[in-house]
Amino acid sequence: MRDTTLAASPTRGFLTRTELAGAAILAILIFLVLPAILDPFRLNLYGKYLTYAFVAVGLVLCWGAGGILSLGQGVFFGLGGYCMAMFLKLEASTPEATAIQSTPGIPDFMDWNQVTALPWWWEPFHSLTFTLVAVVAVPVAFAFVIGMAMFRRRVGGVYFSIITQAIAAILTILIIGQQGYTGGVNGITDLRTLKGWDIRTDDAKEVLYLVNGVLLFACLGIAQFIRRSKAGRLLIAMRDREDRVRFSGYDVAAFKIFVFCVGAAFAAIGGAMFTLQVGFMSPSFVGIVPSIEMVIFCAVGGRHSILGAVWGALLVNLAKTGFSESFPELWQFGLGGLFIAVVLFFPEGLAGLWNRHVAPLPARLRRRPVPPQVPSPAAAPKKPMPPASPAGTSPAAAPAE
Amino acid sequence: MPPKPPSPPSRRSFLAGSAALTAALFLPKHLKAADFPTATVNTTGLAVTDTEVTVGILHSVTGTMAISETGSVQAEKLAIAQINAQGGVLGRQIKFIQEDGASDWPTFAEKARKLLVNDKVASVMGCWTSASRKAVLPVFEQHNGMLYYPTFYEGLEESPNVIYTGQEATQQILAGLDWVTQTKGAKSFYLLGSDYIWPRTSNKIARKHIEKLGLEVVGEEYYPLGHTQFNSVINKIKLRKPDVIYAIVVGGSNVAFYKQLQAAGIDLTREAPLLLTISVTEDEILGIGGENIAGAYACMKYFQSLDNANNAAFVQAFKEMWGQDIVIGDVTQAAYLGPWLWKAAVERAGSFDIDRIREASPGIEMDTAPEGYVKVHENHHLWSKTRVGRAMPDGQYEVVFETAELVEPDPFPEGYQ
Amino acid sequence: MFADYSWGELGSIFAMQGFAGLILFSVFVLMALGLAIIFGQMGVINMAHGEFMILGAYVTYLMSGLFQTWLPGLFGIYFFVAMALAFVVAGALGMVVEWALIRRLYHRPLDTLLATWGLSLILQQTYRSVFGAREVGVTVPSWMMGSLPLTNMIEVPISGLFVMVLTIVIAAGVYLLLYRSQWGLQVRAVMANRTMAEATGINTGRTDRLTFGIGCGVAGVAGSAFTMIGSTGPTSGQLYIVDTFLVVVFGGSASLLGTIASAFTISQTQSFLEFFLSGSMAKVLTLLAVVGVLMLRPQGLFTLKLRK
Repeated sequence: MRDTTLAASPTRGFLTRTELAGAAILAILIFLVLPAILDPFRLNLYGKYLTYAFVAVGLVLCWGAGGILSLGQGVFFGLGGYCMAMFLKLEASTPEATAIQSTPGIPDFMDWNQVTALPWWWEPFHSLTFTLVAVVAVPVAFAFVIGMAMFRRRVGGVYFSIITQAIAAILTILIIGQQGYTGGVNGITDLRTLKGWDIRTDDAKEVLYLVNGVLLFACLGIAQFIRRSKAGRLLIAMRDREDRVRFSGYDVAAFKIFVFCVGAAFAAIGGAMFTLQVGFMSPSFVGIVPSIEMVIFCAVGGRHSILGAVWGALLVNLAKTGFSESFPELWQFGLGGLFIAVVLFFPEGLAGLWNRHVAPLPARLRRRPVPPQVPSPAAAPKKPMPPASPAGTSPAAAPAE
Repeated sequence: MPPKPPSPPSRRSFLAGSAALTAALFLPKHLKAADFPTATVNTTGLAVTDTEVTVGILHSVTGTMAISETGSVQAEKLAIAQINAQGGVLGRQIKFIQEDGASDWPTFAEKARKLLVNDKVASVMGCWTSASRKAVLPVFEQHNGMLYYPTFYEGLEESPNVIYTGQEATQQILAGLDWVTQTKGAKSFYLLGSDYIWPRTSNKIARKHIEKLGLEVVGEEYYPLGHTQFNSVINKIKLRKPDVIYAIVVGGSNVAFYKQLQAAGIDLTREAPLLLTISVTEDEILGIGGENIAGAYACMKYFQSLDNANNAAFVQAFKEMWGQDIVIGDVTQAAYLGPWLWKAAVERAGSFDIDRIREASPGIEMDTAPEGYVKVHENHHLWSKTRVGRAMPDGQYEVVFETAELVEPDPFPEGYQ
Repeated sequence: MFADYSWGELGSIFAMQGFAGLILFSVFVLMALGLAIIFGQMGVINMAHGEFMILGAYVTYLMSGLFQTWLPGLFGIYFFVAMALAFVVAGALGMVVEWALIRRLYHRPLDTLLATWGLSLILQQTYRSVFGAREVGVTVPSWMMGSLPLTNMIEVPISGLFVMVLTIVIAAGVYLLLYRSQWGLQVRAVMANRTMAEATGINTGRTDRLTFGIGCGVAGVAGSAFTMIGSTGPTSGQLYIVDTFLVVVFGGSASLLGTIASAFTISQTQSFLEFFLSGSMAKVLTLLAVVGVLMLRPQGLFTLKLRK
């Protein structure tokens, strides 16, 4: 597949004009429009949707740029979320608050399962600093191990997808089975305060929403930086002609591991923000179904566009909520149809529609008096190109330098 | 059984026939909305107008749990329709907003918040699994809503914002174990369950009780939700030769478990070993097939075959509304109690305010319940009888035992934790 | 843990447990055969495989109702009719899906995954709308239930035997089709080199459609057979999907023998572990072992040498 923005831009700037415009529109929406027009309940919902956007942005890097489709991103989302939830649960489980338990001072679900002392690996989560590090470090370490094992042995494509899916299944069964230590199928619930600050109030939710937005833009910036860097261009080259990159002397596996870890880190941050905004974490985010749904957000937004991923996460979830509020028994038809439509008719997702129809508009308008044969460098190709096959030669596949 | 329940208030006489359901027994006179101005019965901004009051129904109609929760939705809608036909609550017709939890716990939390914050519903009938209840609980406590929760569950909870219309674990378990040891002479037990909190906690209570009785647990085992291959555990059961298989398998696994049990030559009608379950209602038998589970015993508070006038009217009304082929399980009946108990609490309090309902709820009696007389305990659970039924090939249970007294709900049982 | 048992009991246990493993093996092979055809031969990831199985199960359910009402005398053999019909219905739906969806996506394998996931959601909801959210009970002829007692400890479930025989028949049928028939030759030719196959006059489009249809048909038969041992509900198909994919991938995607060998290895491991550990842990360990082996040997147990 071709990366339209990269291919069409002759400049080596950090952002093209259209990307800048897209980012500005998104920023205005997230930081100004939504907080202004939504009540706290709806704003919190949007905050929740935006936590999925972190995963989708990570997937754009892994899948869109790197060609690695992970069906286990929920694992990292969940691990990040669980790390955060452990800290919050410990804070909520003061001896005073849990006085009715047979062992006060430990989380309630442990007490229900006859665990009488806090397990050693819960202890460090008393510290907020440790927790914040762990939120990113634990999932990244896990991704690193998986990546090392798989990419070093050149497991790729479909096999990688299915193995990540199996890992998601394993972790779900483990978390559910070890309920004395993890809260089991209920998850870790009833989280109250962060360093004494009540995260359940409307004010707190608004602050968390804004923090979430800032973090999301930070991740978008990092993702854009990676895509613009040499590593990013190599990734795309690898996706299209892995052997050629390898023969050119690059360590293909190292790049893949790197980008997979970055994707995991983004997902983990999303998971932690999810825990903070929703107030609990449960194994239902770790499994296969949510992991595939997260891929769908990315596909709907456009697998090559980091901004598209954010829009994808927002719109699919909005559709899901809207559909299920109006036709609870029909929303699966809508969702299923959406997947098929996106794959069949809009493989570039929303971003593709934008690039093809909206982005060229200003240029076209400006160009109207000028004879049409003068090509404008900033515009996307006027005629829609047929979708290129993965093996096809796309402009982006050629070495950039 | 500790602690000994104080003897319940004497049961009021039943009204015979369908009149039992359609006559408002709590307050036999018709209430007019004009006697209860909205400004005084609704001081907290709930969705109450002079003619209508809005409640929420929050169950899964999609996803894996839709199988189980469908019956609850139907029962709640039936109860609401019947209440409306009698003139509603404080003279106001009940309108409901139904939301889909989609078998997904965060969706439950999201929808609960929507119902409470956006729709300002006066109460919510909903949730089924423990996980969904745990997910919505903080929402209900934060926004001060009232949830009527229908499922038998593991206990260890007593929220001021929930009325538990199903049985908690000790209510359901202890009487059944006593029955099987006393009348069937069971000495050894094999505990089996799906791997999550309700079966594990229930088995823990069962194990403590079995050991207190001086009897033996010869095996305890859990399989992931959705597991479909039970031949290994069936072999283990054959090897250990327990008197009783105590099974708390849920969902689709149930079907696989009972079919494979029968295929392996364990004929439940021979009662060697005897199978006692607390997780198979008439709803589940639909999927399992009556011929595959005939002879098993189930221990819960309600069976469709209960022989009393309330139940006859309830079953008839239910079938009229939802089709003649429908079956009614324990949870469905418990879900049916929700709207009635809420109506009773509102009318007793003379107000829709959640705080007033909470104060008014303990002590509410309902003698029109299909299961018979029930009463709300201080701890928001129901006093109820526990019964043992024997599964018949036609998919119904034959009631073989019922506790003489109402069993006191004890969500934090001493000595069982 | 063995101290309490006599040698005779232990012998019986190992026999029974071995037999349990064999049943599990047959179940895995049945689940995986259809997918092995589709994924192995065509490279298409069919996430709706489980839903095709459940389609077969619902067909069986409908047939059991029909026979009970109209032909009670023939109820004892309705199951065979149901299985044949399940094959036809699931196969026909498979061919429609191939025509409408899959053939547009052959060059994008990961996209077939997304599209078929969408399809699986639609099928699930269709089942729910048509048959209701509750599970349906499929009445199996009485001769197929019950067991044959060998000794007083060892009893052989008839449904298990039935599944085993069915597995052998279907596996043999698929083998004959793929390796001994004109059609199989064409399928393998298309898989080995599509362009060359087209050049020799093979209608690759038709071959693809038939292959996909047969793969889905086999899934339908499997689903039909599983009504004896499992549940039939709108979402039951999801229970099988992870296991099925792992069996196929573990076996090496393009090899029928590999699929069978991997089903055998995984089923025996799981059934052995289940006896010593609790069910949940056995499942986790089995999956971990499979993932571990796949990391060491990503191409699976058996591979076909191919020029890519």
